[in-house]
Amino acid sequence: MAVMRSAVLAFALSGLLQLPMAGAQQPFITVASTTSTEQSGLFKHLLPVFEKKTGIRVRVVAQGTGQALDMGRRGDADVVFVHDRVAEEKFLAEGFGVQRFEVMYNDFVLVGPKSDPAKIAGGRNIIEAYKKIAAAAAPFASRGDKSGTHAAELRLWKMAGIDPQTGKGGWYRETGSGMGPTLNTASAMNAYAFTDRGTWLSFRNRGDLVVVVEGDRQLFNQYGIMLVNPAKHPHVKKDLGQAFVDWVISAEGQKVIADYKIGTDQLFFPNAKR
Amino acid sequence: MLPLELQELTFTAGGAQIIRGISARIEAGPRSVILGPNGAGKSVLMRLCHGLLTPSSGRIVWHGAHGGKSVDMRRHQAMVFQRPVMLRRSALANVMYGLKLAGKSRSQAELRAMDVLEVVGLAQHAQRPARVLSGGEQQRLALARAWALGPDVLFLDEPTANLDPASTQDIEHIINAIHASGTKIIMTTHNLGQARRLGDEILFISNGRLMEHTPIDRFFKAPTSAEAASFIKGEIPWQ
Amino acid sequence: MNSLGEAFTAAWRLIAGFDAELAQVVGLSLQVSLTAVVIATLIGLPVGAMIAVERFRGRQALIVLLNALMGLPPVVVGLLVYLLLSRAGPLGSLGILFTPTAMVIAQAILITPIIAALSRQTLEDAWREYDEQLRSLGARRITAGMTLIWDTRFSLLTIVLAGFGRAVAEVGAVMIVGGNIDGVTRVMTTAIALETSKGDLPLALGLGIVLLTLVIVLNALAAVIREMALRRYG
Repeated sequence: MAVMRSAVLAFALSGLLQLPMAGAQQPFITVASTTSTEQSGLFKHLLPVFEKKTGIRVRVVAQGTGQALDMGRRGDADVVFVHDRVAEEKFLAEGFGVQRFEVMYNDFVLVGPKSDPAKIAGGRNIIEAYKKIAAAAAPFASRGDKSGTHAAELRLWKMAGIDPQTGKGGWYRETGSGMGPTLNTASAMNAYAFTDRGTWLSFRNRGDLVVVVEGDRQLFNQYGIMLVNPAKHPHVKKDLGQAFVDWVISAEGQKVIADYKIGTDQLFFPNAKR
Repeated sequence: MLPLELQELTFTAGGAQIIRGISARIEAGPRSVILGPNGAGKSVLMRLCHGLLTPSSGRIVWHGAHGGKSVDMRRHQAMVFQRPVMLRRSALANVMYGLKLAGKSRSQAELRAMDVLEVVGLAQHAQRPARVLSGGEQQRLALARAWALGPDVLFLDEPTANLDPASTQDIEHIINAIHASGTKIIMTTHNLGQARRLGDEILFISNGRLMEHTPIDRFFKAPTSAEAASFIKGEIPWQ
Repeated sequence: MNSLGEAFTAAWRLIAGFDAELAQVVGLSLQVSLTAVVIATLIGLPVGAMIAVERFRGRQALIVLLNALMGLPPVVVGLLVYLLLSRAGPLGSLGILFTPTAMVIAQAILITPIIAALSRQTLEDAWREYDEQLRSLGARRITAGMTLIWDTRFSLLTIVLAGFGRAVAEVGAVMIVGGNIDGVTRVMTTAIALETSKGDLPLALGLGIVLLTLVIVLNALAAVIREMALRRYG
């Protein structure tokens, strides 16, 4: 018994001692990014190449764009890699970012049940589709979490001249969670949902959901990357973070992004201006 | 340390008066037996003397000094309970526990503990867990644990209640040996036979009052209180 | 719906083909939660013992508070620790947000009240039995407390395991303060949450089954120890 106890204690204590040192041998940066990039599997494809080249480990904390930018504001990340141009520019204007670089884009799609209660399947006009959903009061699952996707969704409602809050509690349902959980909810409720294509392609629990609207110019989804301003947060790993930013928008980084596919589908389209 | 003087002792708990003004002077030497029916207040009186309870009024005076509160006073006393608590460790470690608290080194404690275990006939069980010993063995171990401390006064609260006759005989034998070694014995019992066998003097308690404090012979031959007389009479047929 | 069947298949595949990534996630789960439980025990047990043995003003209020804190939502603890450890927070300069250390802190905060409150109950029951005997033998409060802890060690082991179970199973706190960083702070529960997000429910449930199996094995081990010890020590 005593031996057992001390063994457990020793194990736990040794764990405690090792914890702060985990990965300390290797330089690393913390990147605040979005669930869409993490869950689509892009980082698993992208980061090992960068790490192999530079020896810099990238630790990704994946949240909604709103939360990710807040992480940058608090100084808890070195780099933010998100997709909400308006919010990103606000972040820059507040002085939390150094400079914003466009990295890549993909597109949003509207998914919905095969039964298609709003009769919008196959359409290419997202604004029209939104109007029909509201008119039919067909169930619609929204992120409701201030993420980039949520922001894009809300902009489209505005362009359609509809205040979805009037359908709140009825056909418009805010899940207040990430893209995956929202798709799970939509799948369970046979609701329409607005999602980025990357998450959709890697999403497994589709149930009856299919893509109903895609290809509208309005569905363009731009990703940007910024180094958190060391002037605001002196501990930011300026050089390592900048190295990551530079590499992502370099010819090599862009090619790695373009190479990422699920099956035959390319998920992200690099478009950095250099 | 002795004599022990009780001055107008009372004790009240939860509104009920359990000890109702007891004064007595207990001298060194004779084995004192606190006798009385169940619920008379014997155990409470003993806990007051040992300092486990604080009197509601009155004083307990040891050899002129006040109170049984301080740990130092208690170092010279020990107590064996009706249902002694066996610590979850070996018999030897149970005896060593009190000795180490009394400031003995480990090796001193072990030597002393083995000695007393030998005397109470538990030496061969020294390494066994105390809780797996029989009831009689546990009570002998409790005696050893108390005795090992070398107290001037040893309190025993119904030490043989719930024991079979053979175990009772063992215990009484050990109590006499402790007495013979010079330790003052103060014990409670409701058993007249045991009082007769072990007592030199009787403190008869009834309903929280001290009714008699007399040498053993006079108590049984000529009880002065009606309560004692009827207690003796009532109990005799079963002895 | 055949998800449950798929889940068990997935769980079996995970266990049978114990790959390095899973091993790392499981290892980190154990490391973080065991460390947290050791810290919580080192703090919670003495606190529980103190409350069990001492009588002081506000004791009852403290017991009520501890019992209430047993139901502390992990997300709230996570948020508090996050705000403390964030660069913009009071302990930001430590730079330990999004590390296993932060997860240990959050879990330790979460389960210390559990260990303190439950051990208080156990020790107080024991104290009722031991009080007079220990005082008679001349034990002072601290010694008495330690004796109680040692003598109830097998019951306390169950309590510690309950704390461990809570720590290893919670997701809210470690998700926030750890960030679920692949290879750094990803543990069983956050991995499950991630797979759920990806809609890979069988894999998520499979991971859940692996986690459950681990907890069951640990508890069975403790039960065996306890049983053997009770038979031996009475």
